[in-house]
Amino acid sequence: MSMRSEPMVRVDRREDKDALFTPEVRREIDAWIAKYPDGWQQSACMAALRIVQDMNGGHLTRSLMDQVADYLDMPAIAVYEVASFYSMYEHKPVGRHKICLCTNVSCMINGSDGILEHLSNRLGIGFGQITADGKFSLKEVECLGACGGAPMMQIGRTYYENLTPELVDQILDGLE
Amino acid sequence: MANEVCFRTLHKDRPWRLETYQSEGGYEALKRILADRTSQEEIIEAVKKSGLRGRGGAGFPTGLKWSFINRAAPGDKYVVVNSDEGEPGTFKDRDILRYNPHALIEGMIICGYAIGAKAGFNYIRGEFWEPYERFEGALAEAREAGLLGENILGSGFDFDIHTHLGAGAYICGEETALLESLEGKKGQPRFKPPFPAMFGLYGRPTVINNTETLASVPDIIRQGADWFRGIGVENSGGPKLFSVSGNVVRPGNYEVPMGMPFAELLELAGGMRDGRPCKAVIPGGSSAPVLPGDVMMDLTMDYDSIAKAGSMLGSGAVIVMDDTNCMVKVLDRISYFYYEESCGQCTPCREGTGWMHRVVHRIETGAGRTEDLDLLDDVAKKIMGRTICALGDAAAMPVAGFIKHFRDEFQYHVDHKKCMV
Ligand SMILES: Cc1cc2nc3c(=O)[nH]c(=O)nc-3n(C[C@H](O)[C@H](O)[C@H](O)COP(=O)(O)O)c2cc1C
Ligand code: SF4
Ligand code: FES
Repeated sequence: MSMRSEPMVRVDRREDKDALFTPEVRREIDAWIAKYPDGWQQSACMAALRIVQDMNGGHLTRSLMDQVADYLDMPAIAVYEVASFYSMYEHKPVGRHKICLCTNVSCMINGSDGILEHLSNRLGIGFGQITADGKFSLKEVECLGACGGAPMMQIGRTYYENLTPELVDQILDGLE
Repeated sequence: MANEVCFRTLHKDRPWRLETYQSEGGYEALKRILADRTSQEEIIEAVKKSGLRGRGGAGFPTGLKWSFINRAAPGDKYVVVNSDEGEPGTFKDRDILRYNPHALIEGMIICGYAIGAKAGFNYIRGEFWEPYERFEGALAEAREAGLLGENILGSGFDFDIHTHLGAGAYICGEETALLESLEGKKGQPRFKPPFPAMFGLYGRPTVINNTETLASVPDIIRQGADWFRGIGVENSGGPKLFSVSGNVVRPGNYEVPMGMPFAELLELAGGMRDGRPCKAVIPGGSSAPVLPGDVMMDLTMDYDSIAKAGSMLGSGAVIVMDDTNCMVKVLDRISYFYYEESCGQCTPCREGTGWMHRVVHRIETGAGRTEDLDLLDDVAKKIMGRTICALGDAAAMPVAGFIKHFRDEFQYHVDHKKCMV
């Protein structure tokens, strides 16, 4: 916890920021920076990490985090802290389709155990693992705020609710 | 009487569109305020009088919260929306964002006008991509129509709104953790005081409210504080969204008057699935102590009724469980959640949530001892009231509640190394 009302200071500011990312990535990050008051570009840190993670196929690397720190004039350690605090940032490769299965109470009551078993049997992996072809990975997540559709999972940006083993098969069959 | 405020547009085609919202009286409140130059005091008084209490869990009176802002203080002030919706069992804010985003936008602008803020941020949890896009679409519509941005409707009043996306952390639902997160840091709660009204986002005076709270404001102004208050009961003004999940026929969000008997709400949700008995209900999200089904059947859904029974209305997340559920297994999952989500700043919470989970887990897996039940009570007591934020209490209360009401079941697990059910 900190009690400052000033942004964190970076002494060795990087000048050639254009070299850090492609123009598209810079445009995306800049759109987030523009939302926050002048000097508070560090508020865009979470968005920037998500953008570069997506660009990198779903996970962060040390050098990507350093680039974000350079781009936002933040101390690298502050960026590592953010990147390790939030569960949606990944630090090792994930599948092209990251399957996030909710196992919290409402989903558990409605059979998330059975969905997990079905996914594990079909894919041959458990939580925290990735298929040999790199197509799928499986992650246990806490309540995703869709308990009315329990059991549910998220793949990429999409929610899939009221899951049954048959529905799971249909969904996975439909993914490239 | 259902769907009168936050779900007002729900029966219509494409309920999230600006034209749909306007066909249901949307933006009339804002237009009237700007045309009449209604005073800030008058708006705050109306919100106070409506009896609206925070829908995020704590139930703090909204008008009173707004009145804490020193409107005369120079410099920036902010309106921040808590759309981090992460309390297990809660899924109402997602539907407000998806189906009636303009109610939230109008509520934010009115709040900004009332406290003298020029900017607002909506903090949406990172997993909510579809709601985020819906909300962004609504912002674009509102800007296009001159309802948002500089010189709103030619009134000279400026207010703009931006979305911030979270990245997966339940603790960011705690208001000061959310502010830290908005400032681009780890989401670790701040000490209070100072409260956000004094020292909030970027150190500036800030009102932070839940999505449903702010989305309720336009109708309070448009239809009157008395109208809103009259929908609910004493101490619980207005309607409320209840997220009903678990072993019911039609799980979902129900916007109904506060004070509705639980039995009626259960009926709306289609009753118990397969006609099984209602064994237990968590009435206000996973932090709320569980209550036995027969106790719930006599309660009404409002702050006082649920509190008298020893639990809380919280976020309005009602998790209904039938007799096939093992209470030890449910508590095992809940205690794991708090252990996972503790931010680790305070020793009682960091260590206590780990202890509680390990002990409940060993009871669940047949390695429990009789002393464990008292040990759990003891650890829970040692956490409560000794932490920076309310996550500590939120972790301790369910443990105490489950053991209080279902002690036999825990004892059976210890004695027989297996479930009663
Ligand atoms: C651990 C924890 C998690 C919370 N999660 C949420 C949440 O997801 N959404 C929310 O609106 N409030 C949440 N709150 C409550 C907020 O701290 C705060 O009271 C609320 O946003 C204030 O808005 P309101 O007065 O409109 O309810 C949480 C509190 C705690 C202690
Ligand atoms: S009570 Fe728990 S979650 Fe809250 S600040 Fe302390 S350690 Fe963090
Ligand atoms: S418990 Fe699974 S989405 Fe809420």
